[in-house]
Amino acid sequence: MELNTLTGHRLIDLLEENKTTPQQIIDSLKKRIYEADPKVKAYVRLSDSHFLNQTPNTKHQTPILAGIPISIKDNICTEGYNTECCSKILEGFKPPYDATVIRKLKKADATILDLKTNMDEFAFGSSTENSFFGPTHNPWDLECVPGGSSGGSAAAVAADEAIWALGSDTGGSIRQPASFCGVVGLKPTYGRVSRYGLIAFASSLDQIGPITKDVRDCAILMNIISGYDAFDSTSVNVEVPDYTKSLGMDIKGIKIAIPKEYFIEGMDPEVKSALEEAINKLKALGCECSEISLPHTEYAVPVYYIIATAEASSNLARFDGVQYGFRAQSARAGKAQSLIDMYKKTRGEGFGEEAKRRIILGTFALSHGYYDAYYLRALKVRTLIKKDFDAAFKEFDCIITPTSPTPAFKIGEKIEDPLKMYLSDIYTISVNLTGIPGISMPCGFTKKGLPVGMQILTKSFGEEMLFRVAYTYEQNTSWHLEKPKIS
Amino acid sequence: MYEVVIGLEAHVHLKTETKVFCGCSGEFGKEPNSQTCPVCLGFPGSLPALNKVALSYAIKAALALDCKVQEYTKFDRKNYFYPDLPKNYQISQYDLPLSKDGFLDISLDGTTKRIGIRRVHMEEDAGKLIHKEQISLVDFNRTGIPLLEIVSEPDINSSAEAYEYLTALKSILEYLDVSDCDMEKGSLRCDANISIRKKGAGDLGVKTELKNMNSFKAVKDALVFEIKRQSELLDAGESIIQETRLWDAKESKTFSMRTKEQAQDYRYFPEPDLPPFIIKEDEIEGIRKAIPELPRQKLLRFIRDYGLSEYDAKILVLSKKDADYAESCIKTYQNKDKKIIVNWLIGPLFSEANKRNCGISDLKVSPKELAELIGFVESQEISNLSAKSVLTGMINTAKSASIIIKEKNLIQISDSDTLVAIAQEVIKENQKSVNDYKQGKISALMFLVGQVMKKSQGKANPKVVQEILKRRLGNA
Amino acid sequence: MAITKETVEYVAHLARIALKPKELEKFSGQLQDIINFIDKLKKLDISNVNPTSHILPLENVFREDTARESLPLDKALMNAPCRKGNFFVVPKVIE
Repeated sequence: MELNTLTGHRLIDLLEENKTTPQQIIDSLKKRIYEADPKVKAYVRLSDSHFLNQTPNTKHQTPILAGIPISIKDNICTEGYNTECCSKILEGFKPPYDATVIRKLKKADATILDLKTNMDEFAFGSSTENSFFGPTHNPWDLECVPGGSSGGSAAAVAADEAIWALGSDTGGSIRQPASFCGVVGLKPTYGRVSRYGLIAFASSLDQIGPITKDVRDCAILMNIISGYDAFDSTSVNVEVPDYTKSLGMDIKGIKIAIPKEYFIEGMDPEVKSALEEAINKLKALGCECSEISLPHTEYAVPVYYIIATAEASSNLARFDGVQYGFRAQSARAGKAQSLIDMYKKTRGEGFGEEAKRRIILGTFALSHGYYDAYYLRALKVRTLIKKDFDAAFKEFDCIITPTSPTPAFKIGEKIEDPLKMYLSDIYTISVNLTGIPGISMPCGFTKKGLPVGMQILTKSFGEEMLFRVAYTYEQNTSWHLEKPKIS
Repeated sequence: MYEVVIGLEAHVHLKTETKVFCGCSGEFGKEPNSQTCPVCLGFPGSLPALNKVALSYAIKAALALDCKVQEYTKFDRKNYFYPDLPKNYQISQYDLPLSKDGFLDISLDGTTKRIGIRRVHMEEDAGKLIHKEQISLVDFNRTGIPLLEIVSEPDINSSAEAYEYLTALKSILEYLDVSDCDMEKGSLRCDANISIRKKGAGDLGVKTELKNMNSFKAVKDALVFEIKRQSELLDAGESIIQETRLWDAKESKTFSMRTKEQAQDYRYFPEPDLPPFIIKEDEIEGIRKAIPELPRQKLLRFIRDYGLSEYDAKILVLSKKDADYAESCIKTYQNKDKKIIVNWLIGPLFSEANKRNCGISDLKVSPKELAELIGFVESQEISNLSAKSVLTGMINTAKSASIIIKEKNLIQISDSDTLVAIAQEVIKENQKSVNDYKQGKISALMFLVGQVMKKSQGKANPKVVQEILKRRLGNA
Repeated sequence: MAITKETVEYVAHLARIALKPKELEKFSGQLQDIINFIDKLKKLDISNVNPTSHILPLENVFREDTARESLPLDKALMNAPCRKGNFFVVPKVIE
């Protein structure tokens, strides 16, 4: 079997048994990438010179990841490697430092691929169509989107162009593409994983998380990337358990809540039936499933789009052509431009449409006269949404929902209607607003062969519960063993 | 005719080891952009982490200014675009500042006035711009240095009061050792808001904001100019435009900073990268206990306990080190009437210190040594004049007074016979002055005394000489 | 809440983004739709609700006042679009 098609944990075993080497794994991956990526476009800035200098990282005394390559989303800083958030305005940017998660991965002997995965520009999107480099194509159906914003990472993992990957999640950007691509994606509890080095979208919502072929790989990566970081004042000093110990734990008696607001009119009937099947499976495995209400669900999307865009408008103010990235040339040839012209032109030309739209919306929500009516109000409704979840977790161990109301849609289908695109985030968004962790995993396929994802949620710092339920479900199904055939 | 209303806004660098949100040093005068990191450069992905000592310094300063330190405080983002602001927002404090509602008492011409302090809050400093022909150069060394913003109430009513306020403020902060307050190095900056109104009028006049004043004197001068400018406008029936004006020290005038900008909308919102801060009572008390006696308290105590005048006490308490030194000297000096030691401190010692651009405590003359020197004068062994040169010698050579007096042979001649002999010579040689004196000119006597001093290389005891001359000339 | 072209123009100025006339037109329409949708939040009674600025009950997170190594000059400046010696260069700020 080709090395690139294996999981991380399988490769760790093979390496331990000396049946392969990290270089062979890299070579296998390289071959696959050059073969499949012209169609999938999971990676950006792929050139012939990539992999020339890529050597395995096997230097350390805690070689947990044994030199296995990992693919990184283009918004996580890797020292010396281009990190551009798939935006023109950051073209050529080489961070002078590693994100904390990258430092941790390097210390554990991960080989960081110097090739970044595609994303919606600055993580603004749910389809990876907003990338400066063009969209990624879903390996299960190349005419469909892979989801977003971590579409590149999810597609790469699904297409075996990556062993495992990191993505980021602000409103569902790990879970939704994982769902569309039939892989596992976890958004950790806010504060569980350091954000230092993650190019910020919405500071109070962002988290970095793993995108993997199965639940065990996800647990292995979570062990490495989690933990308190003195550089991130919002990271929490809570001990990191060994998440792999939760794998295989019994799930009899686990109380699962199914929120009725998540099984709505507009949802795809095939998604609905796949979820119902999955819930039946969990019941058969011993879980107790009950219906609950999360009454403020319908307000999550508007709250999110105020808070996230407001924070983003401020976080993206630094992209102005002064210290890094793209700087626009003077509009009038031979005449020096003024500072304000440089700012406006740089940002006007450097940002894509969705980025500009969100910055303007966010700036508006914070502006004088509108702050109370929009931003402050959104912060208050956020409290109400959190209260719904707190109440649910008093009685229940988990909440289960579909990850997305539909399977992967066609490229171009929603891009002209921003509001339609925003509404597709409805199941994932509350999770970021409340800070709780959530995992998406495959739970079926549509007749057309598109993956359907199931989302499992639990209370803050309860990732062990997620792994427990997810692993048992996974091991009693075979969705995770399916592979796309890329035509 | 017009009443002047002034509010001052001071920005003070806190002298912590490192910057407020990162571990870079904030030392002044280093190679441009050499004290930077991803955080203070605002690189994508960077995050702030609050310097613990910066907060405790800020609390200390707030308490010393009698402000109420808030139990719950947070940071906010102040959003605006400028090249010296790497993130294009400044982490500052908006609606829940660290402290508010304090005051600072100033003394002017014997009266005490209380200037309210609206708030004291923390924020990060921006970088430095150097303007050239077509371009500006940016140095980010200064970004991220912890700043204290101290906003006064508009209780200041003259340029002199403004000067006193700034002097008193600097003194307090220096006592606390939380800032160098050096306007030349930029560790203290001050902006002023000023308006005038007819005496007795209820509403405040239109205010202008004054910037770019690089010393306390510049603040005073700028306010004087602005008061005149606004008065003349109102006298002529014109109105004041609300604007920002810059002080031009060369031309000694303020000029308008013509910006096309409308009023800035800073879009403040709570800083999501920094959790809020809860400051408990016991922590506040702990910091309060560590505050030394402040300049004002020391001033009042010096007046009360040592009988100093307000004028003299003000000079002595300006710097804590000097005040402590002065007090040691005053205590060591045995005489109950402290006037003499105080005069020595304020006169010769301050003079020597100013020459050397340092404080009186830096002269390294111990209180005991100073008392000993004064003792020589009081016992008339040396003249006052000689004593001053002995002091200079003591500072330059670190030798004691008695050694220098011996070496330079400065013992005053008080011996009657010797002095009489010199006096007789002088009388012989200066008949005109003798006659002038006999005709009633007292100044002629002083001239003769001077001549004796000259002939004795300054060693004659002037008092004794005067007596001798009086007797001799009286007899004649 | 009506979002006019003037509103969008003003906000774009605050955000220092130059919009082409077509973009201005498009954004005004789209933002109006989005704001109309967001306005459903006005239905809720939030009179006794506290805002959630930070989702974690974190407080008093500090850093020790100890020095960390600064970036070497070449790393600090290596991404600069325009540089002169050890300075970043920007067009003159017109005051």
